[in-house]
Amino acid sequence: MANWVGNDQKLPQGRLILVSYCIVLGVVLLLLGFWKLQIIQSGHFADLAERNRIRSIPIIAPRGKMLDRNGRVIVDNYPSFSILLLRDDPEQIKKDLPQITSGLNITVEDLEQQLDAARDEPKFQPIVVKPEASEADLAFVESHRVDLPELELMLVQRRKYPPSDFLAHVIGYVGEVSPEQLEESGDKYKPGDIVGKAGLEKQYNDILTGTDGMRRVIVNSIGKPVRTLDDTEPIPGKPIRLTIDTDLQSVAEDELNGKVGSIIAMDPRNGEILAMASHPAYDPNDFSVRISGNEWKTLNADPNKPLLNRAIQAQLAPGSVFKILESVAMLESGVPPPDYHVFCPGYATFYGRVFHDWVWSTHHSGHGDVGLHTAIVQSCDVFFYNVGERLGIDRLAYYATALGLGKKTGIDLPGEEAGLVPSSQWVESTYHHKWYPGSTISLAIGQGPIEVTPIQLVRTIGGIASGGVFYEPHLLKDFSPVKVVRFPISENTVEQVTDGMYGVVNEDGGTAHLLGYPILVQAKLQNVEFCGKTGTAQTISAQALERVSASGRSAYGYNTWFVGFAPKRNPEIAIAVLVQDTHLEAGGIAAPLAARFIEAYYQEKLGQPIQELQAKQATPQGPAHAQLVKTAPQTQ
Amino acid sequence: MREQRSGFDLDWWLLAIVLTICLVGLLEIYSSTHGSALRGMQWKQLTWIAIGLAGMLILSRIDYNALLDQSLLLYLICIGALILDLVAGHSRFGARRWVAIGGVDLQVSELAKLIIIIVLARYFSEVRTERLTLADLLKVGLLVGVPAGLVLLQPDLGTAMVLIPVAVVGAFLAGIDWKHAVAIVALGTLVAVAGWNGHFLKPYQKQRLSTFLNPAENPRGAGYQILQSEIAVGSGGFWGKGFGKGSQNQLGFVPVRYSDFILAALAEEQGFFGVLVVMLLYLALLLRLVDNAQKAKDRAGMYIVMGVAAILAFHVLVNAGMVIGYMPVTGIPLPFMSYGGSSTIFGFLALGLVMNVRTKRFVN
Repeated sequence: MANWVGNDQKLPQGRLILVSYCIVLGVVLLLLGFWKLQIIQSGHFADLAERNRIRSIPIIAPRGKMLDRNGRVIVDNYPSFSILLLRDDPEQIKKDLPQITSGLNITVEDLEQQLDAARDEPKFQPIVVKPEASEADLAFVESHRVDLPELELMLVQRRKYPPSDFLAHVIGYVGEVSPEQLEESGDKYKPGDIVGKAGLEKQYNDILTGTDGMRRVIVNSIGKPVRTLDDTEPIPGKPIRLTIDTDLQSVAEDELNGKVGSIIAMDPRNGEILAMASHPAYDPNDFSVRISGNEWKTLNADPNKPLLNRAIQAQLAPGSVFKILESVAMLESGVPPPDYHVFCPGYATFYGRVFHDWVWSTHHSGHGDVGLHTAIVQSCDVFFYNVGERLGIDRLAYYATALGLGKKTGIDLPGEEAGLVPSSQWVESTYHHKWYPGSTISLAIGQGPIEVTPIQLVRTIGGIASGGVFYEPHLLKDFSPVKVVRFPISENTVEQVTDGMYGVVNEDGGTAHLLGYPILVQAKLQNVEFCGKTGTAQTISAQALERVSASGRSAYGYNTWFVGFAPKRNPEIAIAVLVQDTHLEAGGIAAPLAARFIEAYYQEKLGQPIQELQAKQATPQGPAHAQLVKTAPQTQ
Repeated sequence: MREQRSGFDLDWWLLAIVLTICLVGLLEIYSSTHGSALRGMQWKQLTWIAIGLAGMLILSRIDYNALLDQSLLLYLICIGALILDLVAGHSRFGARRWVAIGGVDLQVSELAKLIIIIVLARYFSEVRTERLTLADLLKVGLLVGVPAGLVLLQPDLGTAMVLIPVAVVGAFLAGIDWKHAVAIVALGTLVAVAGWNGHFLKPYQKQRLSTFLNPAENPRGAGYQILQSEIAVGSGGFWGKGFGKGSQNQLGFVPVRYSDFILAALAEEQGFFGVLVVMLLYLALLLRLVDNAQKAKDRAGMYIVMGVAAILAFHVLVNAGMVIGYMPVTGIPLPFMSYGGSSTIFGFLALGLVMNVRTKRFVN
């Protein structure tokens, strides 16, 4: 064996010791590194470790249901899945964007826009990329747990509204909270929260909204939930009970089907709204998920304005309905005296201008000798021209305002309009000229610059019939306090005016006689004292109408009104019917609708089946709404 | 010449330290894998340890002088095996580092480490001058450079690097001119820069290095491993989260938590305290090796022991540094703790060399 062993050489002991020092130094440096991470920065890393493994998934609190006055469910919820995109890792999302969008069938632009909108939100706040996931979407997310860990499912409770636009405007709809609302609300909302956007959903959003819960799950490194850490149970929103009667609402909806207009029925004894319909309407279910831009545009651009709740937002001339207010003004002020009579030849001249009576156009004659009762029954324009001239604009304005026009009724719905009662002062401040006395003559039959809403008319007419007690209309059964405006009207005035309105429906020559009444006869409800007043307002001036008609166009019809109540003494139901843009006069269209509604009201009250309902039922699909299905109407 | 005193003249202290480290490793492997599809790995690792111990005993009985005699042959075998590995070795984890011998996959590069230790020990012990000449240094560079280059081609940057400390420590002990040292450092830097800009590094190697330089750049990509490792270590705090209770470890956030990143798993579950204990064990191991070197009968023995120490120290420093983000991810395991047959067996064989040198200490 060769001797490799250099015994003659000493070992370099000094260098070996130097190497040991290097080793010690290295170990110490490493320990310092561990010290820095584990002691100095341990809080930071502990936090990161928690965030790594714990994923918070919101548990959405269901919104409160909406029930009708009898406890029947109108608006319910149903469970559904939303797909969330967790935004912890923007780079990864950018990379996965094409896969996510094609897998979930959404456009890249939409998703990028959403991500952009949420840019300033905390990173751990996920965004909803698909509000209502289909089975295919769910399968996509489940099968891509590993390669698309940023997708997560969330169980949500979605709004289920009745179909066929039933009560649409009253219910309103929900939607994702808007950036403006977010800003206003402070910490109350976070992006993607569902809030009421219109109608009662908006009005009573705070009651209906619950408090979302939170599920914390432990996930492993590939995002798969390993186990649930804890649940914070959501607190469901409280239900609200409405004053609406589902059956009567169905009647109103059926009656307006295919028409443009509104029906409101109110209990004048307390302001409870029994029915409120506005047509055309929209399907709130379209909003319950996420309405697309196009659908929204279509709804907004529709010339019939389906989003408009005509019951509280249509501001129109009242036409001859105004004569009721004028009658009250005349009797209460004594100008002219109660026994005032005029001879109506079919027209009258004021300030050098001829004003025709409505009968002139068909009969070329007048109503003859007319007192207040006949004037109301036959809606004599000439009588009320004269009364209006004597009362004068300011007294008319005073009574119109006192009886509830020109200001909001305070109904518990967002977006109510105030209407307009013109006065000499108003003209001077708005148009900077004196009131034309001729305008008073037009105003006397409810034409000209006066604007009323259906809700104002139903409150006013119910209040007059109740002797001047005007309740604040409302839709929430527990609404409190109900404001009451008292403008006492003498017993004699109430009697004369309501007698006249009874005559409108029940006397020969009444503008609604034989048009509404026969239905009541048929229903054996003759003893119901149904009173009312028709109103037909031109939508454009008579001269303009002639020009348009001459050109062969007939697009401009009438706005026809019928306001009524029953019974004559101490009424328990008041109704306002508006049918817009029709070619029939009020007695021909609005009155029968009102009569049939009143008939339905009494049938329900007497426990009879409601007749003549068409196939359209206020029955939301699904078992939860089974109680809404009415027993099939039995023909008698 | 006296005969050696005993057939079991082992360094019992060294063995005790190493077996303690192995035990800690087994426990942490169990903790990291018992809840997953990998459960039972600790038993496999125990098998590797047993095989390693047997190998150590065998190697400790072979006179290292005989090995030194055959160093040229060993060197040629090593080069041949590395070439064979390049040509015939099968790919695993994207790198050709494994050769099947008798049904066991072994990394040829581990064998290369042992042979380089012996070859360099012989070379340095033949140098009789106080300082290495430039020609000596060039020869050393060549001796290390050929196998290192072949390992690099596999490609295995980590193991290729491991060979270098053997030469560096050896050169330092043999005596090096500081001018040469400066020149070598400069040349090394130059090579590193050229390697970076040229095409010597695979894309993933570049990625790992650039990630090391800036881990936050791509947290889900390559930097993800380092970040998750740091989170595991940092969240452990002083006392740790408890055995089997590290969320980073148990939920699989720590990459290869039973092998290359076992120290991160330990740091999370046993805290700084556990790390301190383990690092002191390694310090004891390394200082015990230096102690053995000091007591070696001759220079060749010393070089062998210090070669082993250099490789083990390099492994510990780079692996622990990697776990806390001080070093790039290069696939260098923690000796005796990380799961793995080749590295465990290498570790014990290297110890066998050390024991071998030790048994000869009283000769003469």
